[in-house]
Amino acid sequence: MNTELTGAEIVFKALSDHNVEYIFGYPGGAVLPLYDQLFKQKKIKHILVRHEQGAGHAAEGYARSSGKPGIVLVTSGPGATNMVTALTDAYMDSIPLVCITGQVPTHLIGTDAFQECDTTGITRPCTKHNWLVKDVNQLAETIHKAFRIATTGRPGPVLIDIPKDIQFKKGIYKSSETIRIDSYQTNFKGDPVQIEKAVELIANSKKPIFYTGGGVINAGEKASESLRELVALTGFPITSTLQGLGCYPGEDPQFLGMLGMHGTYEANNAMHDCDLMINIGARFDDRITGMVSKFSPGSKKIHIDIDPSSINKVVKVDVAVVGDAQSIMSSMIEIIKKKYPGFKNSNKEKISDWWKQIGTWREKKSLSFNQGKNIILPQHAVHRLYELTKNQDTFITTEVGQHQMWAAQHYKFSKPNRWMTSGGLGTMGYGLPAAIGVQIAHPKKLVIDIAGEASILMNMQELSTAVQYRLPVKIFILNNEYMGMVRQWQELLHDKNYSESYSEALPDFVKLAEAYGAVGIRANKPDELDEKIKEMISVDKPVIFDCVVKKEENCFPMIPSGKAHNEMILGPDEKESISEEGKVLV
Amino acid sequence: MSKSAYSVDISEEKLERVIIVAWVDNEAGVLARVSGLFSGRGYNIESLAVAKVDEERNISRITISTNGTKSVIEQIKAQLLKLVPVHNVADFKIDENSIFKELALIKFVTDSEKLKQAEKICIDFKVEFLDKTSQSFIAQIVNTRREIDDFIKKAKPFGLVSITRTGPLAMSKGSETTRDNKGKVL
Repeated sequence: MNTELTGAEIVFKALSDHNVEYIFGYPGGAVLPLYDQLFKQKKIKHILVRHEQGAGHAAEGYARSSGKPGIVLVTSGPGATNMVTALTDAYMDSIPLVCITGQVPTHLIGTDAFQECDTTGITRPCTKHNWLVKDVNQLAETIHKAFRIATTGRPGPVLIDIPKDIQFKKGIYKSSETIRIDSYQTNFKGDPVQIEKAVELIANSKKPIFYTGGGVINAGEKASESLRELVALTGFPITSTLQGLGCYPGEDPQFLGMLGMHGTYEANNAMHDCDLMINIGARFDDRITGMVSKFSPGSKKIHIDIDPSSINKVVKVDVAVVGDAQSIMSSMIEIIKKKYPGFKNSNKEKISDWWKQIGTWREKKSLSFNQGKNIILPQHAVHRLYELTKNQDTFITTEVGQHQMWAAQHYKFSKPNRWMTSGGLGTMGYGLPAAIGVQIAHPKKLVIDIAGEASILMNMQELSTAVQYRLPVKIFILNNEYMGMVRQWQELLHDKNYSESYSEALPDFVKLAEAYGAVGIRANKPDELDEKIKEMISVDKPVIFDCVVKKEENCFPMIPSGKAHNEMILGPDEKESISEEGKVLV
Repeated sequence: MSKSAYSVDISEEKLERVIIVAWVDNEAGVLARVSGLFSGRGYNIESLAVAKVDEERNISRITISTNGTKSVIEQIKAQLLKLVPVHNVADFKIDENSIFKELALIKFVTDSEKLKQAEKICIDFKVEFLDKTSQSFIAQIVNTRREIDDFIKKAKPFGLVSITRTGPLAMSKGSETTRDNKGKVL
């Protein structure tokens, strides 16, 4: 194609060539030519947010729940700087985003022009790659490269900064087929020698455990199928990180629950005592390992990861396989089937003591709680929410804090891409805009943001977006009037100095919902909870559900910092007994 | 119980000095990406030298002198290789398998008596003289870092006023080369 297009036309042609259906954005001076073009075409729909950060998280929710990249369009200066949190969030959690920012015209760059900022400079450390396009003839190629880089290898956010004059200028459109990025290579298939070694370790292990993470979800739906097959084939126990929830069914008997700082007793003890750890698509994050020097001291470790820089970054491993989780797992399945037919049965005896041990850990029931008659416990609220929504295909997002951990512990996922949470960066204010993005990708599905009253206020304005597009997202607030996780740390680790963790003033969330044109529901008592949750689900509008819960409830189990996996606190009264337990286990 | 949200650092690994070389696309911002990676992840840069080395492929060679534990150096290499415009990365340990050279220009300004003594030291170190006047000269020395340090120490009392140095460059000895992902020599 040799006809000349304007920069703005090139952008929309490229987006359309990459099958983009939705853009999350906010207009401004430096992107007006792009908004002109948006106005002239019908194919791509634009979701107008209320704050650029909201656009970023909405695109993340869209991407995480659909497997497609999320697209963001914002203006220069404050538009770009408001995106920084969302870009960093997406970078930490490996979410593919393509962010287009406007920039002041090229001849004004460097003059401190109105709404000018060094966007590529500011976002360099929080994107996988970024570009400032100064030549309209490079624009199409840059967008194609951006899509490739965002979506291949370890996914992540990319940013294209387009000066306003480039949006007006005419240039040639290049199709994506001819694009080469010589220096960019991704490993897809794992090294067969390493895969063989991994299988050998699997065949010889007496106390194995699968430790899986968000990488399995990023490797696509088929990867979750392969994981299920691999776990069934081996009969091994499996635990998951926060980001990996859903790639293995949460109610399956082989699943030990989430591991890490607020993981289950059985998952963390199994990680500590195992003789073989098979890490698939997880990165030994510090919320997972606890004290690294005490992390699973007696185990051989296999690490499957698409990012070579994850290997040996935190924990030294014995066998590293760099590549796509799905491809590597299916190779492993093939080898096990060929080399060890009937592996599960022939191996049952070898790992039976291990399962017995896991059974005794399970008896601790580390996620149990005692729901009384008067005050709703947050765990109970999540549990009831789960019971009342598990029969439909439900998508859960969260904010960050205690409610997030309770959601991870008590909501059980059976499918991948149903759980959207800010894990790496821990961004309060993520959940509502993410829920909006999820609802855009899945208009008919039930989407719930499990929130805290502090977090939700950080991007509350996006409720207006939900109302505008008739997105019936449900905001389920566990309202304890505290920044609960901060309060918990202050209680347990900072001498009960409750410094600035209580919100002396909070809005009336029911009235707030009504002010936005949404529906407000409040539950105060345990006996009204079910009925009100059902009411929430049945409303075909955005809902704020103000669930008034016990103020001082803490999230347990908990591995305090500097402690090992077998040194967990199980609850307020069990500190003593656990340290005894810990000693025995060491 | 620790009050920190993070574990404490108890690593006591030995630091080693190493020269890291990255072959990169010669494009805007690439040096910022590399130097930003070092500062952002807390790695040290002792010196840094960059220039285009392949006109045809538009590739620059960045040479960074740094130090770190073995695992940190492996991590630096892995992180550098992850940057999109980086074609390949190599590290050169300070040993007999590689050549290390650094260039320094050193200006002397003093009376003729002291200049003479300075010249003497320069000759001992096989220094090349550039731009001589009656009160000054510039010495050019190409050598290892230690030799240049040594020279500076000795020449200092004799009118040495200004120094500029490139930092070390490194190249492997013998026929050994580094190649990009397509097998082309870099």
